[in-house]
Amino acid sequence: MSLDTVKHASETPDSEQPWKELGLKEDEYARIREILGRRPTGAELAMYSVMWSEHCSYKSSKVHLKQFGEKVPANDAMLVGIGENAGVVDVGQGYAVTFKVESHNHPSYIEPYQGAATGIGGIVRDILAMGARPVAVVDPLRFGAADHPDTKRVLPGVVAGIGGYGNCLGLPNIGGEVVFDECYQGNPLVNAGCIGVMKHEDIHLAKASGPGNKVILYGARTGGDGIGGVSVLASETFDDTKPTKRPAVQVGDPFQEKLLIECTLEIFKEKLVAGIQDLGGAGLSCATSELASAGSGGMRVELDRVHLRDATLSPEEILMSESQERMCAIVEPEHVDRFLEICEKWDVIAVVIGEVTEGERLEIFWHGEQIVDVPPRSVAHEGPTYHRPYARPEWQDALQADDAGKLPRPQTGEELKDQVLKLVSSPNQASKSWITDQYDRFVQGNTVLAQPEDAGMVRIDEETNLGVAMATDGNGRYAKLDPYTGAQLALAEAYRNVAASGAKPLAISDCLNFGSPEDPAVMWQFAEATRGLADGCLQLGTPVTGGNVSLYNQTGEVAIHPTPVVAVLGVIDDVNRRTPIAFAEEGQLLYLLGDTREEFGGSAWSEVVHQHLGGLPPAVDLDREKLLGEILISASRDGMIDAAHDLSDGGLVQAVVESCLRGGHGARLVVPEGLDAFTFLFSESAGRAVVAVPRSEELRFTDMCGARGLPAARIGVVDGDAVDVQGEFALSLTELRTAHEATIPGLLA
Amino acid sequence: MTARIGVVTFPGTLDDQDALRAARLAGAEPVSLWHRDKDLKQVDAVVLAGGFSYGDYLRAGAISRFSPVMETIIEQAKAGMPVLGICNGFQILTEAHLLPGAMLRNNHLHFICRDQKLRVENAETAWTSDYTEGQEIEVPLKNMDGRYVADERVLDELEAEGRVAFRYLDVNPNGSLRDIAGITNAAGNVVGLMPHPEHAVEPLVGTGKTDGLGFFTSILKKLVNA
Repeated sequence: MSLDTVKHASETPDSEQPWKELGLKEDEYARIREILGRRPTGAELAMYSVMWSEHCSYKSSKVHLKQFGEKVPANDAMLVGIGENAGVVDVGQGYAVTFKVESHNHPSYIEPYQGAATGIGGIVRDILAMGARPVAVVDPLRFGAADHPDTKRVLPGVVAGIGGYGNCLGLPNIGGEVVFDECYQGNPLVNAGCIGVMKHEDIHLAKASGPGNKVILYGARTGGDGIGGVSVLASETFDDTKPTKRPAVQVGDPFQEKLLIECTLEIFKEKLVAGIQDLGGAGLSCATSELASAGSGGMRVELDRVHLRDATLSPEEILMSESQERMCAIVEPEHVDRFLEICEKWDVIAVVIGEVTEGERLEIFWHGEQIVDVPPRSVAHEGPTYHRPYARPEWQDALQADDAGKLPRPQTGEELKDQVLKLVSSPNQASKSWITDQYDRFVQGNTVLAQPEDAGMVRIDEETNLGVAMATDGNGRYAKLDPYTGAQLALAEAYRNVAASGAKPLAISDCLNFGSPEDPAVMWQFAEATRGLADGCLQLGTPVTGGNVSLYNQTGEVAIHPTPVVAVLGVIDDVNRRTPIAFAEEGQLLYLLGDTREEFGGSAWSEVVHQHLGGLPPAVDLDREKLLGEILISASRDGMIDAAHDLSDGGLVQAVVESCLRGGHGARLVVPEGLDAFTFLFSESAGRAVVAVPRSEELRFTDMCGARGLPAARIGVVDGDAVDVQGEFALSLTELRTAHEATIPGLLA
Repeated sequence: MTARIGVVTFPGTLDDQDALRAARLAGAEPVSLWHRDKDLKQVDAVVLAGGFSYGDYLRAGAISRFSPVMETIIEQAKAGMPVLGICNGFQILTEAHLLPGAMLRNNHLHFICRDQKLRVENAETAWTSDYTEGQEIEVPLKNMDGRYVADERVLDELEAEGRVAFRYLDVNPNGSLRDIAGITNAAGNVVGLMPHPEHAVEPLVGTGKTDGLGFFTSILKKLVNA
C-alpha cells in the first residue's frame, strides 16, 4: 500500500476510509473533514479515532464532569487541578502530593494478567509525569460472584498482574478493595491508584513550548500491542459475535518501567525538561497532540525515527500503538546531550523525534513525506461533546419500594450468632489477605499502615515524620438503589477511613465505572452520581483533583451497578500518631460514635442472609461526617484513642470482629439502650466509627465528644478471647478467625 | 569511628534505599555502589539488596552475577570481605557460587508477602553476632522465587557445619528444603537469606518491629572492633 500523504489525501477526496472500523461515528468523520477542509490521511484518521474515543475525549461524560470544576470548595491545598496528568495538592513542609485513580477494566477481562499489570504501569507513569516520585499504589477491584467459574479465571490473573508489575517496580501496595457481585461478571472493574511525592518547585506540566525545543521519545520500543486500545476496546460493549480483541491489550515490562522511573527522576533532578507527558491510552497520538495543544501549538515530528520493536509497523500503527513504558519530553537544545547521557546510564533508549515549531500545526512526517497536518487542539481538546439523553429508569421506584427493613430478622441469640458467622465468612466480608499477601507492602521502608487497615499510610519525610494516607471506597449496591446518595456514601466512607487513620482528608480522585452511555438509564445514574459527588465534595471541602471515567461496562443489555469509586487523600503531620484498627490492649473501652438507625437497604446483611437488594441506602449527613472526622483526628493527635475502625458494610459487628482479629484480643459488648441487638450489630448507618479508649483518657474523650455534639455510646471493653455480645451469644476468636480467613483461599487457591 | 557499608544498585534493585537506611540507623556510613562500576569505594562490607535485578529475566540473579561490580565483590568476598545477600541478593550469591544451592519458584506459585518468624541457627557469622543462637525474630518476607533447594549431600554438609543460619518458624512460606531461610559460607563472612531484615529496623514502619537491625549492628561491631 502506498503512503497516504497529506498531498495524496487532497488529491483523492473520495477515497473510502475505515472510520467505522476505527470506532468513529458518521458525523464525527464528517466533522474531521470539515476541520481539515479535506479528507484526513490514514495517519490523521488514526489519531482522531483514538483521541475522540470515549476513553480519551470524555465525550459523553464531560457535560456532567464540569461540575467538579464549578462546585469547587475553598481549599488552599490545591496546586494543580483537573486536566493535567494528575492533580497536585499541598501537604505542607514544602511537599506536594499528586495522586489519581484510573480504570483498566476492559483489558483486564480480555487478558487479566497484562490488563491489570499495565493498569498499574499507566497510573504510575501519570504520577511520574507530574514530576513526582511514585511512593505507593492501591487497587480497588470488583469481580463477578466469588464462586463463578469465570471469577476463578479473571481474579488470579488480575492479582498476579498487579503483584507481578507493582512488586517489580518497588512500590508498596497499601490499600484498595476486593468486592464480588454477579453484576461484574464479564465486566470486572480493575481500578488502580498511585500516590507520588515531590517538592513544590518540582511540579512538571504536560506542555510543549519554546520553538526549537526538542521532542524526545524515550523508554521501551514501540510495538504492535495495544493498537486501538482506547477506541475499539475501552469504548465499546463486549459482543460475542465480533472477533476477539486480544491484540488491543498492551503487554507490560515492569523492569523497563522501573528503569524509566529512576531515569526520569534523575532527569527531573537536573532540571532538564521543559514539559513532559507519559504515553498511555492513544500512545503517540495523545502525547504529541496534547503536548502541542497545551503549549504554543506547533510541533514537527519525524515519525520514522521512533525506535520500533517491529520494523514492519505502518505509521498509522505507530501513532495508535499503546506499547507501555514510554515517555515523551520537551527538552531545550542545550540539555539534550545530558538528557541522552542519563538515559544511557539507565539503559533506556531515547530518540529525538522532532521539535517545537513557531506555527500552530502538528506536522508529522514519514521518511520526509508529510502524513499529518492538523491543529493539535482539534485532536486533543476539541473533540465531540454529547448531551446524551438520560432518564430515571422505570424500575427505580419498585427497587426503592422493596424495603430491606421488612426482611425477616434473627429472633434469638443463636440466630444472631449464625448470621454473624455467615456475614464475616461471606466472600465480601471475609479476609482478603490471600490476595493482598501477593503484593509487596513493605518496599521503600516507609509503610506505616497497609491493608487491612482503614487507610494505607506512608511516611514521606523521615526527619519530620510527615505522612500521607489514602483510602478508596465504592459501594455499587448503594449506588444502584440511589446513585446520588451512593456516590456521596462512597465519598463519606473514604473520607471516614482516612480520618479514622488519624490523617486529615484533603482532596479526592475518582474512578467512575458505569454501563453504556447510550442507555438513558445508565446516563441518569451517571448524572446523579456525578451531581452527588460534586455536591458532596463541596460540602466536605475536598476538591476533585482528577480521575477517570470508564463507560461501556456491560455485556449485552445488562449494565454493572453504577460504581463510583472515590479515593480520598489525607495528610498527617506526624505518623507516630496514626491510629490502627487493632484492639491491642485488654481493658480499653469501646465507644460507638455516631447515630445508629434501622438502615438495611443495600446492606451486607441483606445480601448475605437474604440475597436481597432493595429499599434505600443509608442516609448521608456530610456535616456529621466532618464532625466525626475532626473528633477522630483530634483524638489521634492528642493520644485519646489507641484504635479506630470505621463502620461501613457489615456494620458494627464486622468492624469489631476485624479489630479483634487484628489485635488478637476479644471484646465484650453490651447493646446500648434504645437499640435492639440486631440493629446494633448489623445496621449500616453512615457517619459512625468504633474506637478503643484507654481508661485514663475516657473522661477527656467523652468530654470532647459531648462538647462537640457527637453521640458517643460506651458499648463494651477489649477483653478475653471471644466476641461476646452480653445476653445474646459469644464467638471465640479461633472460630471467627477460621470463618473469616478460610473463605477466599477456599474459593480461589 | 564507624565503618563503610556499601549497597549495590543493579537495574531493577528495589530495596537499596532501605538497606542504606538500615546501615545508617545502625550507625554505619552507607555508601551507594553502582553495578557498572568495579570500584567498591573502599567499603568495608557489601549488601546485595532485594528486588528484581534485570527483571529476574532468564533466572533471578543470573544476569547480575556477571556485572562489573560483582567481579570485584566475588574476588573480595573470597578474600574475607563481609557480604550480605537479601532476597534477590541471596539469589545473586548462589548464582555467583559464593553460596551453595539455588532458589526455585515458591511451591504455591504465588508471590508472598508476610511477617515471617525465623530462628537464628548460627549467631557466629559476621552478620549475626548480635543475635543469640536459637533466638526467634520476626521480619518481613516477600518473594516469588524463594524456595531454597540443594542436593542432599550439600544440605547435610550445611547442617553438619552449622551453616544453616536461619530457619523458617511456624510456617514454611515457600517450600524451602529443611525450612532453610538463610545460609552462610564456611568462613562466616558471606551470608544470604530470603527474608528482609532491612524492613524491620524501625518501630514505626514495616512490621513495627526492629528485629532486623541486628544484622547491621553485628557487622558494624565486627568492623569497628577489627
